[in-house]
Formats: sequence, structure tokens, C-alpha cells
Amino acid sequence: MEIPENVKKRLSLPFEENFYAGHTACQGCGAALGLRYVLKAYGKKAIFTIPACCSTIIAGPWPYSAFNAPLFHTAFETTGAVISGIEAALKAKGYKVKGEDGIMVIGWAGDGGTADIGLQALSGFLERGHDGLYIMYDNEAYMNTGIQRSSSTPYGAWTTNTPGGKKHFLERRHKKKVIDIVIAHKIPYAATASVAFPEDFMKKLKKAQKIPGPSFIQLFAPCPTGWRSPTDKSIEIARLAVQTAYFPLFEYENGKYKINMPSTKKEPKPIEEFLKLQGRFKYMSKDDIEVLQKWVLHEWEELKKKAEVFG
Amino acid sequence: MPIKKVMKANEAAAWAAKLAKPKVIAAFPITPSTLVPEKISEFIADGELDAEFIKVESEHSAISACVGASAAGVRTFTATASQGLALMHEILFIAAGMRLPIVIAVGNRSLSAPINIWNDWQDSISERDTGWIQFYAENNQEALDLIIAAYKAAEDERVLLPAMVGFDAFILTHTVEPVEIPDQEVVDEFLGEYVPKHAYVDPKRPITQGSLGFPAHYMETRYKVWEAMENAREVIKEVFDKFEKTFGRRYHIIEEYKTDDAEIVLVTMGSLAGTVKEFVDKKREEGVKIGAAKITVYRPFPIEEIRALAKKTKVLALLEKDISFSVGGAVFADTSRALINEKEKPIILDFILGLGGRDVTFQNLEEVVDIAKKALEEGVKEEVYWIGLRKEIL
Repeated sequence: MEIPENVKKRLSLPFEENFYAGHTACQGCGAALGLRYVLKAYGKKAIFTIPACCSTIIAGPWPYSAFNAPLFHTAFETTGAVISGIEAALKAKGYKVKGEDGIMVIGWAGDGGTADIGLQALSGFLERGHDGLYIMYDNEAYMNTGIQRSSSTPYGAWTTNTPGGKKHFLERRHKKKVIDIVIAHKIPYAATASVAFPEDFMKKLKKAQKIPGPSFIQLFAPCPTGWRSPTDKSIEIARLAVQTAYFPLFEYENGKYKINMPSTKKEPKPIEEFLKLQGRFKYMSKDDIEVLQKWVLHEWEELKKKAEVFG
Repeated sequence: MPIKKVMKANEAAAWAAKLAKPKVIAAFPITPSTLVPEKISEFIADGELDAEFIKVESEHSAISACVGASAAGVRTFTATASQGLALMHEILFIAAGMRLPIVIAVGNRSLSAPINIWNDWQDSISERDTGWIQFYAENNQEALDLIIAAYKAAEDERVLLPAMVGFDAFILTHTVEPVEIPDQEVVDEFLGEYVPKHAYVDPKRPITQGSLGFPAHYMETRYKVWEAMENAREVIKEVFDKFEKTFGRRYHIIEEYKTDDAEIVLVTMGSLAGTVKEFVDKKREEGVKIGAAKITVYRPFPIEEIRALAKKTKVLALLEKDISFSVGGAVFADTSRALINEKEKPIILDFILGLGGRDVTFQNLEEVVDIAKKALEEGVKEEVYWIGLRKEIL
């Protein structure tokens, strides 16, 4: 169907698609949505590096590719290092990297590939100040290998190696705040984003392009397969993650914190609303939920304070 | 005009890199190779080399950054040794599989445990199956020359495989020798610019590299690496010919020394070849029919050259600073493979020595010759011998 140009202009997201149908993501995959938005944002200005993760599969096996952009597959823990190399080489070849209309060198890695095995390479990339963008799509476990907990898995979650059982063997550690580790590098731009708020995500992608130096976006990306949630509820779950302040949207820009809409709007909803749509939380006791609720509100208060003091 | 300078092999390697003009260098410090990137940093700081130097946080990231940069279409360089090379291990396969002609200078050093910073070849020998071309230098001049030759061979379109050049820890890395530095223009002419045509990350060409290869395709990609390594045999010969014409120094896949009427040939690599050649001279004066052979190119393994050598002699005595437990040295295994179906073949004996920086002395070599003679007269009793072991502390 041909869409008239004047309608295209009124759309809140770019019309152009560079992430094609025929990719191999599961139904309701947040990561696939995220890739679609990133490719919309940068079009042919994007060069992707993807470590071994769900997105390796999503992009398609040889000789297929769902990407209308250069895509470089690499080993699990190397994303930060590989994008450093690509950035250096493009600069040596005289390309404009980052900035208005500049080429975007993007590392696209999951939470395991970022918060765990890829943390060192990420730290190196951030610390050395490369002009690139690292996006961690956060589905809160090792989904590609079959739903094992990562350090980004939340308290109380079922995974295949925190399986509940008679001894109540659920995840007992709170979600690692990777973004805080990133911010500790004092990079110019870091932000959280969610597939439930694509316009906000798009705005942040554009900002990441304009601001020189390393940028980092932690993208909340539901995984119906791993979260044991209905495939048509991914957006609702992602929205509730923001509304309950479990995953607030915020930016850290040149030392300043800013909480974004809708995280600023209202008092957080109770965490149960986020939990109840997902089978992975069904083993949690009332006490467990209380523990998680307390943690969520504590973290939320901390973020608000940061925005207040360093806003 | 080429100039001569007195320098360590590490400096020679840095000079080679400077002459090859890589656009991206990514390196991490490790003994004994640290001086290579240090010296390169100085070249960059003084404006003598125009390159991006990525000061990575590990060797794993060093090679990963080189993979990214090489995939983006530029010449790259790094240096490492021992644990550092071992840490690179998984990415070495990726570099070869993606056909990225990266060059690494390796200051050959032992592997832990126990911690030991001195020379043997266990580090690069252990990477023999990664799909990398491997050269071993006898002296500092060779370290410089072979790095330049390595780029030429690696970047050849018939090859497109990464290459490593080994030179012995401390014995070469930290020892000064006079080294001739070729003219920049001559090296430029010899190497040319690296312009990849096969595959590279370019914003103008949206291609995917390194994607999932199903069983229906994976094996063919491995076969292509095999084929490229086979092609490298001829290409390296061509490179050595052109090298001689350009720079006046002759290199051989295997360099033979006094082998023509030799009953025993001592086969080795790296700086040990120098010691062995001197020893051969001494034994020749005593009337012993002995020769030496130095393997300069270990991957691709010189099968034909080993066969030709084998025809000339009665005993091939391999002197190796590496061990594949329960087998013997890796060169022993490879040599045996080269000769397995030959109708006539010499006795092949393996001597493990010099591990972790232990000196290899003439006395050790005398012992080798005695064992070889005995095997010749009385038949082979054992294949693998550890030479210079301090039995009193075992």
C-alpha cells in the first residue's frame, strides 16, 4: 500500500524499514522490535556488531539477513572491543563517525553479553572514549541458551537454573544496575529506554548520534519465551515495568540526570501488576514480592534524588 | 639507502610494523612483548607513524579490536606472548574464519603454571590449528623481515589468512643485534596498500559477516581455510623470492645447513637454529656427518620440504621447545605425518628441551647426537626424549 508523503511525515516514527520481515525472532520478541527501531532511526548510517546471542539467530543464518545495514557477528564477550576496532578503522579511512549524519557504530548485545561476559570489553570501550553506541537489550536472562539467569535477572524470577522447586530455589539476587556501572565511567550519554515507548527510544537514539564519545542505552526488551508471558502482552509488560518504577526511563547527559516521561508522571503502581502477567514470577511468595517491592521503591527514590541533586 | 641499527627483536618488530603502516594497532602489555607496542607508541607520538592505537584492556580485546578494524578494511597489527596469546585463542579462529589478514608479533614464551616468563614455543605452537600462518625467526633481522613478509603472504588474495611471527622471548626480544632497516619507499612498493575486495564492513555496502553457518555450509567454510592454507605454500615461496629480489635477503620455508651427506639432521626452529648450526660446525670438524635444518614456516607445515630433507638422511632429530602431552612435540607429530606413507624414511626422534627458558647447551646437543647414533646402530627404543631434565629434583 502506498502511503502519501504528507502522512509519512506525520508519523511519530520514520516510515522507512531497514529491518525486514522474515527474521527469525519468537513472537512478541522485544529485541526484534528494538532492532527495528534502531534501523529506523539510523537507516543506512548504522553498522552493527552483534555477539553470540538471540540476535545472531534473529538476523538470520547464512545466506540470509534481515538487516539492510552492515552487520558483523562476533564472539560473546567482544562487542565493546570489536566496535572500538571498527570505529578506529572507519576514522582512519576518513569516515565521519557519529555527529549529525555521522556513521553510527553500534554494539547490540544482550544482558548476559553486556552485564556478565562482555562487561570488561564494554568498560574498555566506554573508558577509552570511542565514538560509538552500545545498546544492551535487556531481557533479563540468557535466553538464547535456554533461559538461564544472568546478573540482570530480577529477584524472585524463575529461570532454568533458578527453577523454584521444593527448596524454593528462585533467583535470590537483585538485578544488577549495569547502567550505574556505565555511568561510573562518566561517559557523555547514557539512558534507559523501553520498547513500549518507541518515540522516547527514538529520541534517545538521535541524541546518542549527536553527542560525541561513547553512548550507552539499556533497552528493556520483554521475552515471552523466557518470561513465560503471553506473546501479545510484551508491550503491556514493558509499559508496566516503567509504570511500576521497576525500569524507570531516564537519561544521564554530561553529568546530569533526567527522569523521562512517563516515569515522572505518577506514583509507581504496585509491582504485582508487573509480575502477574509473567509466569516467571509465579513461584514468588508474598514475602518475596515484598522484598522486590521494597527494592524497586528504594532504587526509584535513589534515582529521584540523583535527578534532584544532579538534574 | 637502508640503515643499520643495533636493536632488540622487539624493536625490530616495531620497526617492521612502522614500515608496514598499519592503520589500527590494538595492544596490551605482556612480558616479553611489551616493548613492541611501547616503541610503536613512540613512533606515533613522534608523528613517524599515522595510526590509531587502541590501548585495550586485555589481549582478548586486542585481537577483537583488530578483528573489527581488519573487517572494516584496514591493515592491523598487534603483539603479544604466552598467556596473552592463549587469551586470544577463540578470536584467532574467528580472524581466520573471517579471512582477516591480521599480523601478530609473538615473543615466544612458556605458559603457566608455574608462572614463567622465559622462552619456549608452547604459546604459538598451541595455536597451530587456528588457521593462522606461522613464521619463526632465528634472529632480530628475521623478526623484522618476516613480519613484512607475513603481511605480503597474508594479504594475498589466494590466501587471506592471518599470520603470526614468533621470535624467542629474551633470547631475541631483549637482546640487541645489528638490524638492517629497509627504506620506507621500498617497503611501500613491496607491500602496497591493503585493499580488501572480499568482505569488509562498509556503510555503503550492507553485507553481513560471520553469520550463523548451518551444518549445510559450515564445513565448506572450513575447507576454504584449508584451501587457503594450501595456497599459502606457493604464495610464501613467491613472497620469499620477491623479498630476496627487493631486499637482498633470502628466506627458505626450511633452511638446510650441511645436510647433503648428513646421516643425522637436527631439525629445529627459532633462535635455537643458530646454536645448532654452530654445533654442526663443531661436529663436522670432528668428522661426524651431521647437518641442521631450520623450519621458518611452521604453518602451512612444510610437508614437501620435510620429505625432500628426509631423503637425504638417516635420522631426523627434532629439537622442540614445546610438548603435546602423551604424543611428544608438535613438530614431531607433524613431521611423522609428512613421512607416514613414504616407502623409505629415516628414523624420526623427538627431543623436548629448553622449556621455560632453560638453556640449550652443546652438552645437551651431544646427548641428542649420542641417542641418534645409538638408534641408528641398535634400532629405535623410544621416540621421545626429554633433554636437560634435572632428574635430581624430580
